[in-house]
Amino acid sequence: MTAEQMKTAAPGGLSRRRRRQLSLGGQYGLFIVVVVLVIVLADWSTLQRNFANWDVAKGLFPEVITVGLRNTAVYTAVGFGLGLGGGLLIALMRLSSVPPYRAFATAYIEIFRGLPLLLIFIFVGVGVPLAFPGTNIPGGAVGQAGLSLGLAAAAYMAETIRAGIVAVPKGQMEAARSLGMSYPRAMWSIIIPQAFRIIIPPLTNQLVLLCKDSSLVLFLGITLEERELTKFGRDLAGQVGNTTPIIVAGICYLLITIPLSLLARRLEARQREAR
Amino acid sequence: MTSLDKRPGEPDGRGAIEISGLRKSFGTNEVLRGIDFRVGPGEVVCVIGPSGSGKSTLLRCVNLLEEPTSGSVNVVGVDVTDPDADIDAVRRRIGMVFQSFNLFPHLTALGNVMIAQRKVLKRDKAEAGRIARENLERVGLADKIGSYPAQLSGGQQQRVAIARALAMGPEVMLFDEPTSALDPELVGDVLGVMRGLAEQGMTMLVVTHEMSFAREVADRVVFMDAGAVVEEGPPARVIDDPSHERTRTFLSRVLDPAAARVGEGE
Repeated sequence: MTAEQMKTAAPGGLSRRRRRQLSLGGQYGLFIVVVVLVIVLADWSTLQRNFANWDVAKGLFPEVITVGLRNTAVYTAVGFGLGLGGGLLIALMRLSSVPPYRAFATAYIEIFRGLPLLLIFIFVGVGVPLAFPGTNIPGGAVGQAGLSLGLAAAAYMAETIRAGIVAVPKGQMEAARSLGMSYPRAMWSIIIPQAFRIIIPPLTNQLVLLCKDSSLVLFLGITLEERELTKFGRDLAGQVGNTTPIIVAGICYLLITIPLSLLARRLEARQREAR
Repeated sequence: MTSLDKRPGEPDGRGAIEISGLRKSFGTNEVLRGIDFRVGPGEVVCVIGPSGSGKSTLLRCVNLLEEPTSGSVNVVGVDVTDPDADIDAVRRRIGMVFQSFNLFPHLTALGNVMIAQRKVLKRDKAEAGRIARENLERVGLADKIGSYPAQLSGGQQQRVAIARALAMGPEVMLFDEPTSALDPELVGDVLGVMRGLAEQGMTMLVVTHEMSFAREVADRVVFMDAGAVVEEGPPARVIDDPSHERTRTFLSRVLDPAAARVGEGE
């Protein structure tokens, strides 16, 4: 279509380009009006006092890092480690030629993907001690939070790892077996290293999810020293009667999760290029 | 092209293959319909035939990548169809080269040639490295030991795959259309390495479409069609003076691609 035809074809005497310009202009105008209204009408001093209070924020250091951030990192790492080990085991069971293994793996994945993570936390933290008085999950809060996160993460990671293993071309297993490697040896030395290369981006995303989900430890009875970012922020917000600690805790999460997300995206892009 | 001197103490590459009454079905599709033939120690046998004739399946039955439905396959003195046979131990003594190379992409050329020596033969790092270097040199790739498969041409990848198999000291080598995935100008290097192995006395079973290679190197040529051996004999007879009509039709298409195109147009 030529520009001439387009003008005559457009209803209301407006060309398509002209209409798009008007529409975009209207949207920008509305957006600017809303932003200006918020800036003018907001009570900035109250907001700053409650959400970004420097004196309160300064009082949070260094504990928000040495206790809060540190414990978040520890719970996440333990959960990720248990999830990775368990996930690998369940993925291999899911791919096994032994039917009971496959059935177990499928049941595990469906159950733990279907339950709210909070319920798993409560089960581990409250249910188990209730059922077996005197028994304790080893490792205190680290053990409880790590186990809860790991149980759920294993189900998600098992599916990811299985997909990675299946994505390795069949010829790789054949070549390895032709060289005299046993099935487990070929899996471990040839298939799994390639599978993990494929699934590093989704595993990084899993790490981000676990980092956020570690906040559920809030619902377990934990000591002051065992507090992670969310509980730390909530407790201190209550103590000082100010929202700033919650904001600071949130910023600490973003310091972990945003770089990890960017990393995952970059790894994904690099993998697409390599293909 | 490269020196193929044998080192003392190496397996002599003179295992034999004996196939009798071999049948293989995938579901109701019978791919091999009773194959009998023998590859003697140090012999080079080329299997030719149209695609879908069961050549690759036959080769894959020899090292049990496919499980035969019935019949027996005796390689290097072991009946691989015996359920009690230690198949991993037999496979160590049989080298296999694939059409699609199947190099391990996460390892360098050196790593590819070393890993099975380390994990299967339990050679120490220094010895495995030395043997890997020797075999990469043997296939003309001494300067590529640090390269990853993705950085190598198809012909180079296939030669690494041959070195990987040779480093295990095989008594028999199986080649499954080793040059079919290669650009024409890269075929010569791979065939050169194979010719050198044959001269050195390696027992070789080669599925190939390279008629000139079969004519020059093979002691015997086996023509297969529709899951059965149609005829076999010295290359001069099977390729240059075939006695069966099916062999003649196949050869005329392979040796004269223009005729093949006309034939396909019918």
